[in-house]
Amino acid sequence: MLSMQNITKRFTSTLALDGVDFQLRQGEIHALLGENGAGKTTLMKILYGMIKPDTGQILLDGQPVNMRHSTDALSKGICMVHQHFMLIPAFTILENVITNDEPRKGIFTDVAAAREQVKALIARFDFALDPDARVEDLSVGEQQRVEILKALYRKAKILILDEPTAVLTPHEVNNLFSVLRLLKAQGTSIIIITHKLKETFAIADRITVLRDGRIIQQDLLPSDTDVSRLSCMMVGRQIQKQRPAKQKETGATCLEVKHVSVSEHSIAKLKDISFAVHKGEILGVAGIEGNGQSQLLEVLTGLRKPDIGEIFLNGSVVQGDAATFLKNRISHIPEDRLSMGLVKEMSVEDNLILGYHHEETVCKHGFMRKRSIAERAQESIKSFQIKTHDSHSLVRTLSGGNQQKIVIARSLNHDPEVMIAAHPTRGVDIGAMEYIHSKIIEMRDSGKAVLLVSADLDEVRTLSDRIIVLYEGRIVLSSLPGEHSEMQLGIMMTGGVLTDDTGACHETT
Amino acid sequence: MIQEHAMKPRNLLKANSSLITIRTSLLSLLFAIVIGGAIIAAAGYSPLETYAAMFKGSLSSRKGIVLSLTQATPLIFTGLSFAIAYRVKLVNLGAEGQLYLGAMAAAVVGYYVQGLNQFSHVSITLLASATVGGLAGLFIGYLRIRFGAQEVITSIMLNEIIILFTSFLAAGPLKGQNSVTVQTERIASTAMLPVLAKQSQLTIAFILAIVIALLLAVLLNKTVVGYEMRVTGFSRRAAETGGIKVWKIYLLTIFISGAVAGLGGASQVMGVNRRFVEGFSASYGFSGISVAALAVYNPIAVVFSGIIFGILRAGAMTVSRTTSIPVEFVSVIQSLVVVFMAAPKLGLDVIALPKKLYGWIQQIRTRQTMRGGQAHE
Repeated sequence: MLSMQNITKRFTSTLALDGVDFQLRQGEIHALLGENGAGKTTLMKILYGMIKPDTGQILLDGQPVNMRHSTDALSKGICMVHQHFMLIPAFTILENVITNDEPRKGIFTDVAAAREQVKALIARFDFALDPDARVEDLSVGEQQRVEILKALYRKAKILILDEPTAVLTPHEVNNLFSVLRLLKAQGTSIIIITHKLKETFAIADRITVLRDGRIIQQDLLPSDTDVSRLSCMMVGRQIQKQRPAKQKETGATCLEVKHVSVSEHSIAKLKDISFAVHKGEILGVAGIEGNGQSQLLEVLTGLRKPDIGEIFLNGSVVQGDAATFLKNRISHIPEDRLSMGLVKEMSVEDNLILGYHHEETVCKHGFMRKRSIAERAQESIKSFQIKTHDSHSLVRTLSGGNQQKIVIARSLNHDPEVMIAAHPTRGVDIGAMEYIHSKIIEMRDSGKAVLLVSADLDEVRTLSDRIIVLYEGRIVLSSLPGEHSEMQLGIMMTGGVLTDDTGACHETT
Repeated sequence: MIQEHAMKPRNLLKANSSLITIRTSLLSLLFAIVIGGAIIAAAGYSPLETYAAMFKGSLSSRKGIVLSLTQATPLIFTGLSFAIAYRVKLVNLGAEGQLYLGAMAAAVVGYYVQGLNQFSHVSITLLASATVGGLAGLFIGYLRIRFGAQEVITSIMLNEIIILFTSFLAAGPLKGQNSVTVQTERIASTAMLPVLAKQSQLTIAFILAIVIALLLAVLLNKTVVGYEMRVTGFSRRAAETGGIKVWKIYLLTIFISGAVAGLGGASQVMGVNRRFVEGFSASYGFSGISVAALAVYNPIAVVFSGIIFGILRAGAMTVSRTTSIPVEFVSVIQSLVVVFMAAPKLGLDVIALPKKLYGWIQQIRTRQTMRGGQAHE
């Protein structure tokens, strides 16, 4: 029913899409698969009228259409759920759903009619939402359902979902998938943008693989392929499924957190947290975002003083500001690389010293040692394979993966005792991700302690030697690898309770 | 292969970035002068003749050049003051007040301290002006850090308080005995700045301004403190995460900013008026914003943009003597420069307009020929 032909799009000097063809059939779920930066989102934004292609055309039911604006797409029944939701937090669900498409009664909005319509939709899809609840009070999964509700209300014929599972728990993913199957049964065509292979196999009828702006494989049936072949297509080479089997003996306690509590605007964010990270150990912190991870990270890096509680490094108390923590060799991979970790408008070499700019190798009598800084930057660029024109290039000109390599390089160059790594591979491509993972494991194997906070449960599960689960500021579970299934961790992340029943589920998986 | 592909855009960006800034500055100035010309025309004068007279007045004679540099001196000081603060993203609109305070300090130390040789008297007087101006800046910084009061507001409000306070001093306790107007006593001759050109008001303050610009450039680019200032300016959160004590950087920077503005005031008292005169500043403090903006907050470039505005001012002063075009006309150009610098895309868009129009026409033509071709098939 939909066909995009020979789509090409160039951004200043990068070719984002190169002669891409894409077909969508009536009532199918089509997975658009590819690494970050492969061009998936660009292709869909073209379909949705947010970006204009340089060449190529779009045919809808055989008719060429001109998408100049997203309103054109909406009027033709094409809806998109963006990765970052486009909702108005202060509005209710009802208001969000009907905005810009309100049923009217004269010059007024017919609120009663609108409520009836929205209620009917909620009931039909079993969404369990209250139309008068405010969006800001909803969980991420619920917000996503509101986004889908918006599409349903506009009677979408084609629904585009951009990385819909990135922010969901395994349980919420299952819910989402059953909604999608229901929609499919009613004849809606769905495009799902993803880079997760497991989910692709779980939901997709057909798969199209994009790499570097080109179609690698079109209209593949899941039954004709398998995970390793697909990942090979995505990345262009075989990925080594790395499980850090080799593990040195876990050593003495390195970093210890004792009875830490933090509250923000008189809301408790961390409630009496105690745990320890040992030498030669990666401790993973799993949890849905907003359950105290940010506050924990701030406390552990000196950006915030805990209201109660203390932090010990090798048995002695650490307290002070971020400078003190850095001086104590507690290095930090900040959760938001672009606003906290790097200065985009400064050069690679300037960024490689941030936080360590008082060290002897960097300055003498208050003056910067330019040559020493440049030489060390050259070494880092080489040894960490940072792809940059030279050490004077501005960080904003680098790709996300290479930017993150700067943060990692800076941390590892300064001989850390402990590494506090927050979402170390968020938004980086698979190549850089593998590399960063290998560096973290290398550090662990050299007998250092690592605390890994990640929203990606898969990442936490593959890297960690021990996992703690944070829920509403408390540690609700401490788990050794293989002790709990992904499903069980997901249940704990959402505040559930493990029963014998879920235990049985673990045995079967 | 992939690497090569990925590197190309970086090359372009790097080569372009400095070019773009210089081009934007020149374009902004050009647009400001052109639009200023339109305003002159609207007022019933010939823009070409007026500009010719202006540049003739400020550049064609030795006297004109000296006058231009004299006018440039306080502008370089206030331009540096605004620029350095803006490098840590503090908007110090208080240069006008800090300038007055520095001037008053110079008038007091220049008059009451007696019996020193010229070198020490000048040094002490300058130091006093810088300190007083710096302290005024520090107060603004303190309000920001301690109470979160936006420096944009506090600095501009403080201007009124400071200027009225200095007027009070000059009209009351410190009023010159024989003067009719509101001004202080004439400073001692030992506190006067040596002149650079005979029969002029161009003093070594001009050299001092250049030296300070150089020092600030070194501070920013070569020292650890400068590094911390740059990081803080680009990203406060990154600075905090990197263990930089942002509040210290703010206080230090706003102190420097105030001190430099204070020196600007001293340069007028010690070199031009020889005493504090009420309302002596021809809005030097606020003109500093234009000077800094045109220089894209680069201390060395501030010297040049200060001189450019000095030339314009000197020219306007000569023209105002012969025509009825007022000196204030320069502030029209100044303000337009700020507009174009603040919205660099505006200038580039205007330049790109003919090209764009041409592109549209081409597009319509090709579409028409394509349609014609299809019809044939």
